[in-house]
Amino acid sequence: MQQLQLKRRFVNYLPNLFSDLLKIACVLVFIFPFYWMIITSFKTYGEAIQVPPTLWPKNFTLEAYHNIFSMSISFWQYAQNSIIVTAGVIILQCLIMIPAAYAFAKRQFVGKGIAWAVVISALMIPGTCTYVPIYMVMAKAGLIPSLWPQIIPHGCNVFGIFMLRQAFKQVPDELLESARLDSATEAQIVLRIMLPMAKAALITICLFSFIGTWNSYFWPLVMTNNDKYRPLTMYIERVQDADVGNKWNQVMAANVLLVGPVLLIYLFASQKIIRAFTYNGVK
Amino acid sequence: MSDLTLNTKPARRLTRKSVANNLFSWALVLPAILFLAVFTFYPLVNLIQLSLYRGNITNPYKTFRGIENYIDILVKRPQFMTTLKNTALYVVMYVPICLSLSLIFSVWLQKARKMNNFAQTCFFAPHLVATISSAFMWSWIFSPESSGIANGLIRLFGFNTHNWLGSSATAMVCVMIMNTWASIGHHALIFLSALKSIPGEVYEAAELDSSSSIKTFFKITLPMLSPQIFLMLITMTTNSFKIFESVRQMTGGGPGISTKTVCMFIYDNAFETNNTLGLAGAASIVLTIILMLITLLDFKGLEKKVHYQ
Repeated sequence: MQQLQLKRRFVNYLPNLFSDLLKIACVLVFIFPFYWMIITSFKTYGEAIQVPPTLWPKNFTLEAYHNIFSMSISFWQYAQNSIIVTAGVIILQCLIMIPAAYAFAKRQFVGKGIAWAVVISALMIPGTCTYVPIYMVMAKAGLIPSLWPQIIPHGCNVFGIFMLRQAFKQVPDELLESARLDSATEAQIVLRIMLPMAKAALITICLFSFIGTWNSYFWPLVMTNNDKYRPLTMYIERVQDADVGNKWNQVMAANVLLVGPVLLIYLFASQKIIRAFTYNGVK
Repeated sequence: MSDLTLNTKPARRLTRKSVANNLFSWALVLPAILFLAVFTFYPLVNLIQLSLYRGNITNPYKTFRGIENYIDILVKRPQFMTTLKNTALYVVMYVPICLSLSLIFSVWLQKARKMNNFAQTCFFAPHLVATISSAFMWSWIFSPESSGIANGLIRLFGFNTHNWLGSSATAMVCVMIMNTWASIGHHALIFLSALKSIPGEVYEAAELDSSSSIKTFFKITLPMLSPQIFLMLITMTTNSFKIFESVRQMTGGGPGISTKTVCMFIYDNAFETNNTLGLAGAASIVLTIILMLITLLDFKGLEKKVHYQ
């Protein structure tokens, strides 16, 4: 009986076999650059540039990592900057976005339509070109030698206000009415009622911000002119120009250090992260 | 829902309470609007101003030039138009390939099986990685020496090594490969969640009418996905027009300026060369207009083909 069941399951699976093999092949091709990056970082420089390239390091070594950490450029300074900037952006965005979304979702006031139109129209302005005037404003304010120019301009997350407003709108008005009857302050309403009910949207928005800020290279490139304030994304090229042009094993080691944390988090929370990216705002 | 309104209706009577409520609401919204004013609207106005002058970062308004900057970049000096051509070539290459591959992947990985979930997870990983990291990874793969894996592979088949990122024929293609690799997972995921919203009865009806899977794909799946495809088309086009990091890192503008993009032109003229801030401003305005035109054209042109439910 069991043999029959097994056979039936196998026969049912058979049509999928070819497709699945193809999928595995595609997955291997996709994952290969990551594999190649990690492998190269554990090779010696000689083996990294060896011809033909080896698929597995003959001499497994930590030479590249050792060289990086003993360089004069401090890895920890860059990492610290990345952490501070990312945390700063998320906090600032929450501070600005939550009250605005609450007001647009649940409060009536004069000029609400105009204010909303202003916010929406900002979505349509492409951000690529706005960096030049912002840089000049920051330079004039004397903020360039600091981490502020990487944090402040991203303060208003319009996409976040949009999503959060949608999530807030789904909170039933009666809840707020009864809270007011119990003489709750507005702050308490937001913190104790609205936010917990919009948790999914908030987490999604913060996740987007985290990834966007942690991976940002262009903005720090423009807004910093001193290594002291540069984030981790700019660290890799510093490793590069120290020596013989491209010491690939060291460059890949720095890459691993930048990419590693994100991939590790993804390894453990992949389903949640994917769900956050496909969140379409409706429960 | 209910007739209850939360606050007094705005000022039919200017009661103290209604004024206080309105002011409080505005206090909640003001920080956001202030930030937008300073960091989104003001720069746009400032750009127009900048584009009318000749100067540099420290002295932006040195001499007034009117629309001479625009004439410079559009007619007199060929560099901007070259970068525009390069960028347009890239977009025309990248968007159809990435869009169709994402669609195919999403339909392929549609059913909720363990293998599909695993594949989705793997395909999405490159999107989470910084663009600059992907650029480094693929620069290493496309390294011109024989130690690069791409060259290693073609040597296996007996060909000579090729300078992938340094020859004008292949440089842009390599950048496109890298960007496709990085973003396919993300786009496929979006299409996947859209596919889930197609009611199963439609497919059952198609099966009953013995429609082949290819026919089903073209006559049913595609039209039902058309709103998302349409939006994705606009987003992909405008985003790929703004490409900067990956190109700059992988080719640095290519041999000569054969892979220099518009954003690279703006950046170089703003920060690297002297007295060309006005050109950067003019180029930025032109880019903004182009992006708005693309969005408008897409809307007008494709609106008719989109099938709404």
